[in-house]
Amino acid sequence: MSKSAHGNYLLEGLRRLGSVALFLLQLLGQALPALGRPSLLITQIYNAGARSLIIIMLSGLFVGMVLGLQGYDLLQRFGSEQALGIAAALGLLRELAPVITALLFAGRAGTALTSEIGLMRATDQLTAMEIMAVDPLRYVAAPRFLGGVIAMPLLTAIFSLIGLYGAQLVGVQLMGVDRGTFWSQTQGAVDLHDVSEGMMKSLVFGVACSLIAVHEGYHAEPTAEGVGLATTRTVIASSVLTLLLDYVLTAAFL
Amino acid sequence: MRANRTLEIGTGLFVLLGFAALLFLTTQLPASGMKLDGAKAGYHVTAEFDDIGDLKVGSPVTMSGVRLGEVSGIRFDPKDFKAVVTLRIDKQYNQIPEDSYASIQTQGLLGGKYIGLSPGGLDTYLKDGGHIDQTQSAIVLESLINKFFANYSSNKGGEQGSGSNAPDNSGKSESRK
Repeated sequence: MSKSAHGNYLLEGLRRLGSVALFLLQLLGQALPALGRPSLLITQIYNAGARSLIIIMLSGLFVGMVLGLQGYDLLQRFGSEQALGIAAALGLLRELAPVITALLFAGRAGTALTSEIGLMRATDQLTAMEIMAVDPLRYVAAPRFLGGVIAMPLLTAIFSLIGLYGAQLVGVQLMGVDRGTFWSQTQGAVDLHDVSEGMMKSLVFGVACSLIAVHEGYHAEPTAEGVGLATTRTVIASSVLTLLLDYVLTAAFL
Repeated sequence: MRANRTLEIGTGLFVLLGFAALLFLTTQLPASGMKLDGAKAGYHVTAEFDDIGDLKVGSPVTMSGVRLGEVSGIRFDPKDFKAVVTLRIDKQYNQIPEDSYASIQTQGLLGGKYIGLSPGGLDTYLKDGGHIDQTQSAIVLESLINKFFANYSSNKGGEQGSGSNAPDNSGKSESRK
């Protein structure tokens, strides 16, 4: 009996994976038509990006400041606190900015997407669209997916920049690292490759998080409980997938 | 209509901010990118060094440990095979003797390089476009270690006395210097 339960569990996992993959293909097929309706897309970029701006900037500032404090404490033991800029910039660009932005995105924008689409499903709005021969995939799912994918790298760039400013704030203003040294060492160590690595990561995270959020909402059980469950699943799946993909991408880039 | 307008403005602002951040990260941060250097107040003097180590534009210029300015340019002089470093010194420090001595020093053991100025004794001061004649190059840790081990091993060879004579002599003469 337990064997069949395990089998069901495995089968259910496989079914979910396949459903997500097929959904991605469907979304990509609708991507071009969705790009042709910029007003829908703009609304979604606004929802996913502009409305996440405050939380991203605030988090970026404090992550950078903590990085400044911890980095300074560690580096001054080796008498090389002027390398703080390098540590902060590389840490932010390559890892912290893409990952934390993706986690915050999953919590802030991903949940909103899932519950919005889930509620549309629960209140039969999607079915109504289908009856009117309007493809909900094209008008509801694809613009939201694309909006997330476009917003994520931009949010990541903003996070990196604000974080670097935060590290500079602590390192230079508070701890007395020389400003010129901080920036010149940073500029000497950071390569265009580091920036593009972070951007590539955030693009992948953007696809993953938006896909999961839209998929969970679209296939949510049309009840109040189902939408709640779907929202929870979005956060969990997005976060775990982000961290997992981060390891894979880092290993591939290094 | 009105709500749509604010939405578009908000989106535009967000996209603009994102691309501005991206532009800064790609052009200002990497050394390979181009840099916008704001012209800062101060005067410029040049100094030539045989070896500047990993001195960079933006490295500090200090005297007695106090920051007076920064390195504003580094170029190579193909005639003398020397590095020509331009120093920008804040304009309130306008009484630095002309015969001051510039040396490249290291912050901490393995840290970045900076230029330390030691005051000279003349009554004439450095001016914009001036030149520092006396300089000391960066001490490169590896060459220092190499020198030490070369000396050390040749001295050891001398004590054993059974080695060939030629390297033995060269080692001794060097250590006497």
